[in-house]
Amino acid sequence: MKKSPKIALIGNPNAGKSSLFNSLTGLRQKTGNFPGVTMDKLIGKWKLEAGDDAEILDLPGIYSIYPKSVDEQVVINILANPQHPDYPDLAIVVADASNLKRNLLLFSQVRDLGIPTVLALNMIDVAENQGIVINSVKLARELNVEVAEVNAKKGIGLNGLRLSVNKTLETNYNSNDSLPMDYSVEMVEEIKEKYGDTDDYHALLWLSEHDNLKQFDEKQRVGFDKIQEKYQWNTQDAQSKETMARYSQLTEIVDNCLHEMPVEEEPVNTWTDRLDKIFLHRFWGYFVFLGILFIMFQAIFTWATYPMDLIDGGVASLNDFLKTSLPPTKLTDLLTDGLIAGIGGVLIFIPQIAFLFLFIALLEETGYMSRVMFIMDKLMRRFGLNGKSVVPLISGVACAVPAIMSTRSIGSWKDRLITIMVTPLMSCSARLPIYTVLIALVVPEKSTLFGIFNLQGVALFAMYLLGFFMALISAWVMKLLLNVKERSYFIMELPSYKGPRFSHVMLTIWNSTKAFVLEAGKIIVAISIVLWVLASYGPGDAMEQAEITAKTNNPTLTGKDLENKISSQKLENSYAGHFGKFIEPAIKPLGYDWKIGIALITSFAAREVFVGTMSTIYSLGGEVDDENSTVMNRMRAEINPDTGKPMYDMALGFSLLIFYAFAMQCMSTLAVTYRETKSWKYPTIQFVYMTALAYVSAFIVYQLLK
Amino acid sequence: MKTIADLKIGERGIIVNFTDDELSLKLLEMGCLPGTQVTMTHIAPFGDPIAVKVSGYVLSMRKDEAATIVVA
Repeated sequence: MKKSPKIALIGNPNAGKSSLFNSLTGLRQKTGNFPGVTMDKLIGKWKLEAGDDAEILDLPGIYSIYPKSVDEQVVINILANPQHPDYPDLAIVVADASNLKRNLLLFSQVRDLGIPTVLALNMIDVAENQGIVINSVKLARELNVEVAEVNAKKGIGLNGLRLSVNKTLETNYNSNDSLPMDYSVEMVEEIKEKYGDTDDYHALLWLSEHDNLKQFDEKQRVGFDKIQEKYQWNTQDAQSKETMARYSQLTEIVDNCLHEMPVEEEPVNTWTDRLDKIFLHRFWGYFVFLGILFIMFQAIFTWATYPMDLIDGGVASLNDFLKTSLPPTKLTDLLTDGLIAGIGGVLIFIPQIAFLFLFIALLEETGYMSRVMFIMDKLMRRFGLNGKSVVPLISGVACAVPAIMSTRSIGSWKDRLITIMVTPLMSCSARLPIYTVLIALVVPEKSTLFGIFNLQGVALFAMYLLGFFMALISAWVMKLLLNVKERSYFIMELPSYKGPRFSHVMLTIWNSTKAFVLEAGKIIVAISIVLWVLASYGPGDAMEQAEITAKTNNPTLTGKDLENKISSQKLENSYAGHFGKFIEPAIKPLGYDWKIGIALITSFAAREVFVGTMSTIYSLGGEVDDENSTVMNRMRAEINPDTGKPMYDMALGFSLLIFYAFAMQCMSTLAVTYRETKSWKYPTIQFVYMTALAYVSAFIVYQLLK
Repeated sequence: MKTIADLKIGERGIIVNFTDDELSLKLLEMGCLPGTQVTMTHIAPFGDPIAVKVSGYVLSMRKDEAATIVVA
């Protein structure tokens, strides 16, 4: 037996694959990417025998080995290519016992690929409730494989599964005897001759799917086309015939092993039926959906503020402490104003991101998300989207990068492209701190709507709605521009409602938040340091002159006031100040000065830098004492030199809010759009249209409110 | 010719065949086999999509997709 064998978990969506993965590996799991694509790959360790760890790979759910969407393609790229680094030594096919025949279709295909296979029979309790009893011993004999009964959710039957896996690995046993359908032996021999010796089923799979398989180059694909022509091969026809042949074989086996008790004529009124009466209702369905979203935002704005204030205050007092206890050198400044201010800007995101991922994980886990797709499909289609676009759009509220990756489940290229293009308009969590700061500046804290809803919370909700509607409008425009007639599918399972698995939800939150903090954190910290350098040094000797200039221009000032003047004089003469000044004419119509200009420039790499930049800029230009040291207070104290009134008034606040809501300020999103569309054309369009939209909208808002 | 799209809520039919070759493979893989019983369970608020119970689970599809499945 091979040391640390690779085991792949394969199964239909909702068959319990992820539950089994978590039960087998517990916390011993790590995320990675599939080679060539940035798609979450979960790998975990499972102890097989004393000292022997198997590597378990959780693959996306599929219904057959003939992919209909990009996420299914990932699985086929692995299974079709025995030379693939992730090609498994053994496959555990997880089957939902309450829907055995459909699940066995995939099983029989995987087995025929020549991969040693074990069948894990899950959800036996669900099947029994439906009056279905399965004789798994007989099933094992008929299918000629090891069958293990498991309860993936509760982690029951794992020892039996381990035994089955060990046995299959030891014998390398596989029952790939003959394929159920007819095919030309001569043709298969020709494929093997040209493309390497393999089993018949791999040869047939290559022939029908060669255009999408990564392992073949252009020349080889042309070769396959020639073979198809020579033998008059019709892929669709062949796949339908194969599926029918497999089903007729499986029907016989299932009939022998499955006993169906007569259940009452009318199906039992299950929880799922009862809940669906509400959730799919023409009025209550939308009411509940909007209600859930509304609660989500109220919760994020109120619950998350407590830990956020703690973090904000903590970072501020740490900075004060370091500033007073360390010698006042440039290095101390770099540490406090550059590095710690920047890290603080990342840490403060954590509570809100964790809450957002909590809600999204709960909606996915319980099965509610597919109901949302169901009731939204017709509406979304009018705008050139698809019911399945709802998931990327909602996930876009957390982060556009995973959201854009989740569009892979959308089968139609046009629907998928439009969804990718408009998803970044959804207000992601990186915009949240900007919204938080700006809303707090322009919306009074104590005010409420109807006496119950915090007005700041309502304003935040409105920002999210604004992003959503702008996404719909943009999608509609793109639908008109992209005049492609293409078929889009909406054939999908509505799973029964399940209680969320606490550990799974927690793992999702942990993995997503960690990824965000590490990925975004790197950029933010780097930019903070660069920014500090740019703000602390300037061309020529203007920086050295700043102190003298300030003193000569304001001979009456002393103490703190003089220090402030010197600092702002320095900032103005620094490289960053010159940059800001350079773009000031372009942003003046939006109400922004050169300080905001600096923030705008830096946030074109990643918008979350805004708050960090603001804290860097204002901590350089301001005093440090306990009461006044959070970013928000510093911004509130800023005076507009032209009017003498507070800088951050309604007009500027809303103009900035709108700008940040629409502008494309995220390198990672552009990178992922490039990866998913395989062309620089789409990220370029995305960047241009969003930035133009932001500029024009902010201009209108500022000019109206001024 | 009666199709799934013509069923009312709670009404049943037995799948006879498919009128669209491209969709039929996907439907077959999802367990819609000729001879299987389907029950209409949900119709979305604006009349589309719909959901049917087939081989023990609920499958949703658009109305035009349902119209390619002939039932008796």
